[in-house]
Amino acid sequence: MCGIAGLIHRGKSSKVGHELQGMLQALKHRGEDSTGYALYGDTDGKNFIMRFKVGENVGEGSTSVTEDVSVYDERKKIVDNYLSELGAKILKEERILPYSLRYEIDYNKKDLLNFSQKIESIPGVEILSMGKSLEVIKDLGNAKMVCDRYNLDELVGTHAIGHARMATESGVDIKSAHPFWGYPFSDVSVVHNGQLTNYWNNRRALENKGMRFMSECDSELIAVYLAEKMRDGASLEEGMKESLSGLDGVFTYFVATKDSLGMAKDTMAAKPLVLYESDDLVAMGSEEIAIRSILPQEIDTYDPFDGEVKVWQI
Amino acid sequence: MANLKNTEKKTKAQAMGMHTEVLTGRTQQKFFNPDEAENFYYFGTYDVDFNKRTDLDVKDMTAAEANKEIDNLMSQGFGTIVIKNPQGKHSLGVGILNKLNLIFEGSLGYFGMGSCDGPIVRINGRVGWSCAENLMAGKVVIEKNAGSCFGAAIRGGDLICKGSVGARTGIDMKGGTIIIGGDAGAFTGFMMQRGRIIILGDVGINLGDSMYDGTIFIGGEIGSYGSDAVDSELTKNDQDWLKRKLKVAEIGENFDVSKMKKIVAGKKLWNYDNLEPTEKKGAI
Repeated sequence: MCGIAGLIHRGKSSKVGHELQGMLQALKHRGEDSTGYALYGDTDGKNFIMRFKVGENVGEGSTSVTEDVSVYDERKKIVDNYLSELGAKILKEERILPYSLRYEIDYNKKDLLNFSQKIESIPGVEILSMGKSLEVIKDLGNAKMVCDRYNLDELVGTHAIGHARMATESGVDIKSAHPFWGYPFSDVSVVHNGQLTNYWNNRRALENKGMRFMSECDSELIAVYLAEKMRDGASLEEGMKESLSGLDGVFTYFVATKDSLGMAKDTMAAKPLVLYESDDLVAMGSEEIAIRSILPQEIDTYDPFDGEVKVWQI
Repeated sequence: MANLKNTEKKTKAQAMGMHTEVLTGRTQQKFFNPDEAENFYYFGTYDVDFNKRTDLDVKDMTAAEANKEIDNLMSQGFGTIVIKNPQGKHSLGVGILNKLNLIFEGSLGYFGMGSCDGPIVRINGRVGWSCAENLMAGKVVIEKNAGSCFGAAIRGGDLICKGSVGARTGIDMKGGTIIIGGDAGAFTGFMMQRGRIIILGDVGINLGDSMYDGTIFIGGEIGSYGSDAVDSELTKNDQDWLKRKLKVAEIGENFDVSKMKKIVAGKKLWNYDNLEPTEKKGAI
C-alpha cells in the first residue's frame, strides 16, 4: 500500500512544495519508507536543473550498503568532468546532502539520452530528474522529514506529484523511491500506486529498444513505458491510454510534464483515487484526507472510474 | 475402521479416535424467553429520544474519539446527532447498534458507517471506500458521490447514494438494498449472494461477476456482463417494487422503471440453495 498525491494550479503559481508536503503527510499511514516529490517550479526556462545522487541514504531502515563518504566526492568530481566534456556549464551548484546534489546547468543540446548515459555510466550516480522546470526530490522517511531535509516548503510552482512509499516489490532505498523521471525526456515524472505483473516481460522488451532502468521497482516501468511511447511520437495522453492494456496488474498512476498533469486507472479500478476539480485547481490523492489538507472546506470530489485517463493543462 | 453408519451417534467421535473420554456437563447455550424483556438486551444500545438533538464538532478529534463521543451522547439519550466538520476522516460512525438520527455535515473517508445496525444516517457530502460495510439494518443516504466497495457485504438496510459510485459496489452483499442515482464502476455486484442493487445510470464492465444470487436493476448502459450474470424478465411486481423503493429513497421518483434491465445469477457457477437461519424460520 502506497499513497500518491498531485495538484495542478491553472493560471497561477503557489507554494506547491508546502502544499504537496501536507497532502503526502496526510497519507503517511499508507507508507513512510520513503517519500518523493516531483515539483514543477517557476523558472525562466533557459537552463536545466539536474537533481542527482552520488550515493544512497544508508540510515532510517535503508537496505543500501554503507559506503565510505569519500566516494561521494570522487563521483562528484567525475560528474563535473563529464559535464564539461559534454559541453554543459554549471551555473549554480548546491550540495543539499553528502549524497544529493542540485545543479543548474547551461546545456544547449536537445538530446538528453547521450547526456544521461554518460553521467550515469559513473557507478553509484543516478540522475533523479533533468528538466527546465521539474525537480525530483526523494529520500527515506515521511513527507515532513524529506520536506524539511530538502527545504521544499518555499518552492513556488504550478504543479506537483508525490508519493509516500511502503516498500513491497523492492528495497528501501532512494533508487526505488518514486517519483521516477521519464528518462530521457526533460520534465517528465511518474508516481504509481499498485503492482505491475508483467514488469519483466516489458522491461526486457524496452531494454532491447534502448531504454534504461535504474532500479528493480516495478513502478519505474511506467515512466520508461511512457517515455518509449513518446519517443515513438505518441502524445502523453495516447501513451497513457495504451498503458491500460500494455501494463498488466493493478495501478493508479500520475504523470506530469512541464505544462500538464495526468492520471490513469487500471481496468479493474483496484487502486483508490479521489479527485477534486475546479477552474483554477485540480487536486487528487489516494484518499480524500490528502485533498482536505489543502482544501479544508466542504468540496465536491469523486472517484474516477476503471480504465479512465485524464490530462489537465496548467 | 469403525462402521460409522451403524455406530451410536454419541460414540461416533470416540469410534473415530477423536477422543476417548465421555463428555458430560451442562450446556453453555442460552435460550431466549420472549416474556423476559431483559433477554433482548443488545449490547451497546440505549434508549434515545429522537427529539433530543445535539451537535458534535469532530474537527480536532480522531475517529476513535469521535465515535466514542457519539456513543456517549447516545447514552445520554440524544436521538439526533449532527456531526460537524468530518473532513474526510476515516471510520466515522462505525459500530452503531442503535436507532439514531445521525447527520454528517460534510464528507467521510474510508469505512464510514461500517458494521452498523439500525441508525438512520444522512451524509451531506461524499464517502470514501467501503461505506456502510456489513450494514445490518437502518438507512444510510449519501447526497454526493461514493468510492469503491460501496455497501460491501451488507446484510440488510437501505444504502442510497444520490451521486455516482466507484467499482465493486455491493461486493459480497448478503441482503438489503443499494440504490445509486448516478453511474457505477466495474464489477458492480461482484460475488453478491442476496439483496438488490438498483443503478439508475450506467454501469462499468463485469457487472454481477460470479454472483451467487440476488438481483441487479440497471437504468442505463452496461459496460459488460460478468461471469454467470444473465438477463431476466422485468416483471410487473419488480416494477412496482422499484417504484416504491425509489420513492422511499427520495431518488429518481419519476424514473421510468419499465425500461430498466434486470440481471440475475445464471447459477452455472454456484448453487446457493441454503437459506439464512432467519429465512428458514420464515419458511417453516
